[in-house]
This record gives sequence, structure tokens and C-alpha cells, in this order.
Amino acid sequence: MTVQSSSESLDRGLARGVMPRAKSGSTYNYVLRGVALLFTAVLALFVWSVLHQSWPAWTKYGLHILTGNNWSPAENNFGALALILATLITAGVAILFAVPIGIGTALTLNFVVPRRLAAPLTTVVELLAAVPSVVYGLWGLNVIVPWMSTTVQPWLASLTNSGWPFSGNAIGLGISTASLVLAIMVLPTIVAISRDVIATVPRDLIEGALSLGATRSQVLTRVVLPNAKIGLLGAVSLGAGRAIGETVAVAMVIGSSPSMPHSFFSLGSTLASTIATQYIDSSPMHMAALGALATILMVMTASVNAFARALVNRKPKS
Amino acid sequence: MSQEPTTTQTGSGIEAVALLPEPAMRLRDVSVAFSGRMAVRNVTFDVAANKVTSMIGPSGSGKTTLLRSLNRLHDLTKGAVVKGEIQLGDIDVYGNELPTTLLRSRIGMVFQRPNPFPTMSIYDNVVSGLRFNGIKKKSILDEAAESALISAALWDSVKDRMKAHASTLSGGEQQRLCIARALAVEPEVLLMDEPTSSLDPVSTQRIEELMVELKNRVTIIIVTHNMQQAARVSDDCAFLLMAEDRAGELIEFAPTTKIFNNPSDSRTLDYIQGRFG
Repeated sequence: MTVQSSSESLDRGLARGVMPRAKSGSTYNYVLRGVALLFTAVLALFVWSVLHQSWPAWTKYGLHILTGNNWSPAENNFGALALILATLITAGVAILFAVPIGIGTALTLNFVVPRRLAAPLTTVVELLAAVPSVVYGLWGLNVIVPWMSTTVQPWLASLTNSGWPFSGNAIGLGISTASLVLAIMVLPTIVAISRDVIATVPRDLIEGALSLGATRSQVLTRVVLPNAKIGLLGAVSLGAGRAIGETVAVAMVIGSSPSMPHSFFSLGSTLASTIATQYIDSSPMHMAALGALATILMVMTASVNAFARALVNRKPKS
Repeated sequence: MSQEPTTTQTGSGIEAVALLPEPAMRLRDVSVAFSGRMAVRNVTFDVAANKVTSMIGPSGSGKTTLLRSLNRLHDLTKGAVVKGEIQLGDIDVYGNELPTTLLRSRIGMVFQRPNPFPTMSIYDNVVSGLRFNGIKKKSILDEAAESALISAALWDSVKDRMKAHASTLSGGEQQRLCIARALAVEPEVLLMDEPTSSLDPVSTQRIEELMVELKNRVTIIIVTHNMQQAARVSDDCAFLLMAEDRAGELIEFAPTTKIFNNPSDSRTLDYIQGRFG
């Protein structure tokens, strides 16, 4: 509590510029500036090189890259709409499933599970967040794909009588499987961060609510979650960023077909998985088009980040 | 639950007895232990209705622990065990006749540090307890908010900015907001855990005045480090002290004037005179 409030006042102090700053002209100051400048320069150089590499594609095809729905490098056709949609759909569905389950798990770890059990469980979750994605991909291929084709997809198809959005062959690979694998992959990240965030909600507030006659679920929904909102948004946007950018695991289970997804059972290809699977033996223009995909991917993850920041910084209504 | 003769019944031939009001709360042999370690041992006293009862004693004497056992706030703490009997009127606090949530809406609490809900407006803070208890009707909430804020002497300074965030208030105002929030659910008893320890002298004085004003509608139990405060505001006073095994024990319970002028126990006198603590 005290630590928190003192760091708050420290932040405020820094914001007002009251805190002592490094004296300009001191070595310390130069080193700090140098590091900051170097970092910015590397970042700028990186963004520039990606843009530079993709430039031939942008100048030749222009916005067609964003709106065209035919991605066939052999015919020099580079419309990435199908890839963009597959990326948004898989990441979106993954987040849709992972967020409620992840935050629910975090709440459970904080408020339901006895501390003796919560600590090892938390460690497990954190370990899961650190498993390399290729391991998830292999597991998805060997376990999730067969399970999807024999159990989940037939069941989903029966819900809509094999109609949209669960039409097509239930072969296991595809958009739905990629979404599920992504959901499982981002879940540990969301749980781990949400758990930390929720743990910082001051006990004062929880006890204040209880002392007014709040039930446990009221405490969670009206006090804990609203007060943890900012950090939870951070957790979600981190998960979304990971889901959008995830490459290997998706490439292994999505079926690598850059065609327009017309159902959840469709094979597909995301921006990231396309880059990873097509860069070998590509023509210069194909390489430039992959660079364009990379640019779109960067803009997407940056947008998720900016969106989360905007939500976080939104002024409370007065 | 003890079945005592109903001395509060009026209208029949027992008016003389009825002059002695029922205590608001009864504590009988109350002990609190955390994971087997005793923190409070065998405390027994009655809390008189519509009076201010203070609990004083040095750090570690178990005042706050005892206070928090009265509205079952230890229920959340793993390994906490409360023994003995605590009664709110005729209700056994640790019995199952009243759900804990309802019990807590009848025993309000104000904490050491003002703890308004930072994500809520002033208005939402005041009515939060009512909303927790399922009241949604705006007219009822509005009325309760106004009445509670008036009681907490905060209405005039916030009536034009009810939608502002609670964090825009000063520390003293925030604490009065917390008092208003507790009063809005119309509890019978208000527990106050060192309510002025984080406030400046002027805010402290206002809250002390408030306690005296509130007596006619609510019974107040206050834990305080400040002996002068206990002397100023309370009618009865409980003096607790840490025993050798670090468990808090009740040394003396008496009217405040007696505790401060003529205590029965020499340890009480030593503490009052500032020889330790």
C-alpha cells in the first residue's frame, strides 16, 4: 500500500518535473540521451527497411494489396484481403474465447483458490506462457487437429445443419483450429497478467464493499474489475498482439491456403503464416509483397496497442 | 442465542425495567485466532445502544482485530477463527439466521484510510451500499444519498458535483463520504477503525463532532490510538492490552469518565497517564 502510494507520488513528481533531473552536460546525461537516441534510431531504421523492402509492391499494386482477394504469387497477383481477414478472424475468435476464460481464471486464482494451491498454479500458468510457439503448433497438429475433425467440427456442423458459418469439409485443419490453438496460446499470457493486475486492487476497497453488504460476485464485478480495468486492457491487447503476430503454430494448423475464408472450416493463411511459409524461393516482387504483408502486420499490432492506450488514457467523465 | 427476558417491551407494567435499554451489541468471551495464534482472548462487554463506545490500547492489543470480528470481516482471512458469542440485538452474528451480506448492511464500517471507490462518482459511492443490497429505484437512491450526505455534513459541499469522481474530494471529505456511504444503508451499528488517523486536525475535529451528532441514529464503536479522542467522543471505553503471549485482552471496560478519572486497574491508569504505549 505504502509502496504503491509512494510510487504514485513519484510518478506525479516526475510528471510535474519536480524530481531532480540529470544535470545537462553531465556524463550520465549524455549516456542516457545516447541510449535513447540509439534506440529510436534503430527502431526508425527497422521500420524504414521494412517499408523500403515492400516499396516496389506498394508502388506497383497500391491499395490493391489491401482490397484484392486473390493472392497467387505465381501469377504475380498480390491481393492480401483474404490474409488480412484470416488474421483478424483467428485473432478475434481467439481473444473472444481467451479473455473471459483468462480473466475468470485470474479472478479464481486471486479469490477462490487457497493460497497454498494458487502459488503453484500461477507458476504453471507462467510456464505455459513461456512455451515456444512451435511446441503449441506441433501439439495442435497432433492433438487438436484430429480432435477438431472427429468431434468438434461435426458437432458445430450439426448446429447449423452444415450451413454457414460451419459449412465445408471437417478435415481438422483450418481457421477454426487455428483460432482454438491461438486461444490456448494467448490464455496463459492473459491469465498471468490479469492475475497480477487484479492482485493490485487495494484490499481497502474490497473490504469497503464487503462492509456495505456486497456479495462476493458484486465485489468482483463492481469493485475489482472496474479498478483493474486499465491493466486488464493491457493484458487483452498483449494477448491480441500475440494472436495477430503468431506465426509458426498458425502455419502448422491453418492449412496454408491463401484463399478467401468462407466458413470457419475453411483453410486459410494469415499475414504472419504467409510470410513464414512463402519467403523461400520468392521472386523479388513476391518478396516485396511479403514485405507489404509485414507492413500491414506492423500497422495492425501498432493499432491494437494504440487502441488499448487510448482506452486507458480516456479521461473519466466528470 | 441467549433468551433473556424482554426488558424493552413497553406499555405493560415493566416500564421501570425498560429504562435500561437493550445493548446494541453483546460480546461474550470473544476470541480471535489467526492460524492458531491467538490475537484476541476472551473479551466480554456490552455496547450500549445510541452511545459511542471506544476501544483503546497500545499497538498490537487487538483493538482492530476485535472490531473487525464484529461485522465478520475476518471471514475472508484464511485461517482466522472467531470464538465466543457476538450478538447484534437478538441476532447471533456468527449464527446462520442472517446472511453475512445482510448482517454487514446492519453493521456499517469506516476504515483507517478513506476508501471511496475510485471508479465511482460521489453519488455512486454514497448509494453503492443500497445498490449492493438490490435497490435500484432512482427516487429512493436520490433521497437516501441526500439524507446520508446531510448526516455526514457533506451535502453542501458536494450537492452541485455529485457526478464528480470521489477522488476529487479532500482526505477529510473522502472520509465523510465513506461515513455517508455507510449511513446510507441505515445500519444499527457503525464501526470506526481509527477513522481520523490519516486526517488533519480540522478534519479530525469535524468527524468527532459528527460522531456525537450521529449518536441518536446509530450506535458507534470506535477504535482509536488517540486517547484524547476517546475521552472526547465516547461514552463507554474498553481498554485492551497485549498479554505475554501477544494476545490482546480486555483489561477494563467502564464509562469513559471512569476510565479516564478513576480506573480500577493500575495498568489502565499507567496507559492513560502515558507511562507506556
